[in-house]
Amino acid sequence: MNRTVRLMRFSLLLVFVLVVAACVQPAPPAGTGAPQAETGATTATEPAPAAEEAAHDTVKIGIVTFLSGGAAAPFGVPARNAFEVLIEQINKGAAPAPYDTPGIGGVPIEAVYIDESGGADTQVAELRRLVLDEKVDLVIGYISSGDCGALAPVTEELQKLVVFFDCGTNKIFEENSYTYLFRTSGHQILDNVGAARYVLQQFPDVATIAGINQDYAWGHDSWDTFSASLAQLKPDIQVVQEQFPKIYAGEYSAEISALQAAGADIVHSSFWGGDLEAFTIQGTSRGLNEDSVLVLTTGDTALPRLGANVPPGIVVGARGPHGALAPENELNDWFTTLYKDRYNVRPVYSAYHAAQGILGVKAAYEKAIADNGLGEGELPSLEQVVSAFEFLEFDTPSGVIKMALGKGHQAIEPTAYGITGEFNAKKGEVDLVNVVEYPAECVNPPEGVASLDWIASGFEGAVCP
Amino acid sequence: MDTLIIILMDGLVFASWLFLISVGLTLVFGVLRILNLAHGNLYALGAYAGATSVLAYLNWDLWPYGTYFVLLLAAIGAGLIAGPLIERGLLRWLYHRDEVLQLLATYALALILDDLMKVIWGVDPYYAFQPMQLLPRVKLAGITYNAYSFVMIAVALVTGILLWLFVNRTRFGHLVQAVIHEPEMSTAMGINVPRIYVVTFTLGAILAALGGAFIAPTISVVPGLAVEVGVLSFAVVVIGGLGSPGGAALGALIVGLVRAAAVHKIPQMEFFTIYVVMSLVLVFRPRGLFAPEEERKI
Repeated sequence: MNRTVRLMRFSLLLVFVLVVAACVQPAPPAGTGAPQAETGATTATEPAPAAEEAAHDTVKIGIVTFLSGGAAAPFGVPARNAFEVLIEQINKGAAPAPYDTPGIGGVPIEAVYIDESGGADTQVAELRRLVLDEKVDLVIGYISSGDCGALAPVTEELQKLVVFFDCGTNKIFEENSYTYLFRTSGHQILDNVGAARYVLQQFPDVATIAGINQDYAWGHDSWDTFSASLAQLKPDIQVVQEQFPKIYAGEYSAEISALQAAGADIVHSSFWGGDLEAFTIQGTSRGLNEDSVLVLTTGDTALPRLGANVPPGIVVGARGPHGALAPENELNDWFTTLYKDRYNVRPVYSAYHAAQGILGVKAAYEKAIADNGLGEGELPSLEQVVSAFEFLEFDTPSGVIKMALGKGHQAIEPTAYGITGEFNAKKGEVDLVNVVEYPAECVNPPEGVASLDWIASGFEGAVCP
Repeated sequence: MDTLIIILMDGLVFASWLFLISVGLTLVFGVLRILNLAHGNLYALGAYAGATSVLAYLNWDLWPYGTYFVLLLAAIGAGLIAGPLIERGLLRWLYHRDEVLQLLATYALALILDDLMKVIWGVDPYYAFQPMQLLPRVKLAGITYNAYSFVMIAVALVTGILLWLFVNRTRFGHLVQAVIHEPEMSTAMGINVPRIYVVTFTLGAILAALGGAFIAPTISVVPGLAVEVGVLSFAVVVIGGLGSPGGAALGALIVGLVRAAAVHKIPQMEFFTIYVVMSLVLVFRPRGLFAPEEERKI
């Protein structure tokens, strides 16, 4: 067999392996369900101030987000930054009320940062290591829906408090119940139900819709939820084009032509990270935003990055009331100022979800301390924390978060949408106009009802203004 | 009719990009007989070099249309630095080694380059849209295109013609052909084969970087760019035939047109169709459409 034929066979095998590898990549951030293509977990232990004391004198938290790979820059690193700056302030007792006591019940927080890259199997092993070797008191983490799905059953086995802070799949608490697992952010349903409500409110004459979403669970689920919600709210709506390019494709020339040819009133996309930015740049340079209204459910993350290059008239969301769509309150002012001063950029939604995670844990622990009459420096038991966490309501920079679903283990949060306006040189990004916030009870199913059943029922029990 | 024109146009745009990234891969294989798994990383290097050079150039407030030359120079610069370093530093030790070792070594190189680019440019994205935004929109069959799409087609076309002239009409090109067909005899005839290897690999690196630099204004340049490109460029060269620049052109055209037709007619099969075509080609032409003939030695 000559060399060329052998190499041809190698290359064929290679193409096959790469294609298969690309196809079986676990779902990316359900934050947007970010995919986990890269290997090589990095571990960085960063004890907070005063963490030099014995282990029982700190609350040791394992924090897991993407520190490498495609989801690191848009979500993972902003989340880690938020954890870092918030833990530092909480340990100093420098946070505003009701979080103005140092540490957790007076005990300093010690953080151990872990990279979420490497896939679900790696993360299952890392979680075991965090609990058994690092002996953390709890874990806050996970951006990828694929990771969350794989880790949820493991939390029962490990019997340790685990808080999912960002992953977005709605299935975790709809298909199972968990004792030690909580999620302090809303799931993807609110993004797309909110988008559908906003579209009809702002553009009541919409007759045709099209979608371009990534070809994996996050993209398909987002599009299905959006199109099903619109079909419920306006039954004569027509779907004229559906595109599902591969994640990280980067080049969308043909898809944009197909969307232009379809001429839909609305083009929906749940793209995130580099894909979102590439699609926005390529689409707007060809006037796609002038032919159709673009609805970008995670569009807020691109606003500070693209600056003046975002044209007016695009509908953007932030997976809840985050970023440019965050409410005005004391906690948000404090958080955004703190974050901007440290990192020279405003926080995006994963940073807000990180804030919800750490503040939720502090609120739950301190409620457990109060409920059980524990003294200064005494920490509650796992069962006491779990009991305090269930159905907890706590203040965050995103407003009040309610642990209302999944028997008190799954948060609901409001969501908000706006339309891009003129460039604001002072802010370095475009202003948002016609901002509408939807209460959590309007865009989330009631307790005990699965999301898709809720949409199919015509949003029975929804409480909208 | 309009749909046909749109498919043709979209296919050409995609094909031009594919051609730029795959022609270097196939050229390097033709001469060096090494399948370079780090080729996609050279493309990513070109994208980073292009984006950072354009941003630096615009900071000096110079003639905005000069950005096209900046992209070209950035690609050439990136290729001129990375090409000789990789060839002399790594590949020359691998020429007479087993294919598996060569693949493993170039895969390791891909991982190293990936991390090296993170060290140099960080994980935050780079944007250099200006070269695209300078150009007007063009209406074709009812669809709006940015004229930058035509720039991509022109760059691919000019590159293809220049490469053909270089290989077929220059003395150095003839030497390259001699090395492709008979490396040992070429050495015996006094041809400096190591020099041919360095120049060819550098040329391949420049071509990959050219693809990256000219796509940079339309994307956000982020870590991980190389992965998708790598898969597609391997599919293109397998269809065209390993070692054949003409095959890369035809392979890119076929993949571009098939993908564009699928996006418009059966979007859910977009990538599946590419691999169906690849399989069909291999059933009837196992060495690809344009694989160079190999002399049988007795």
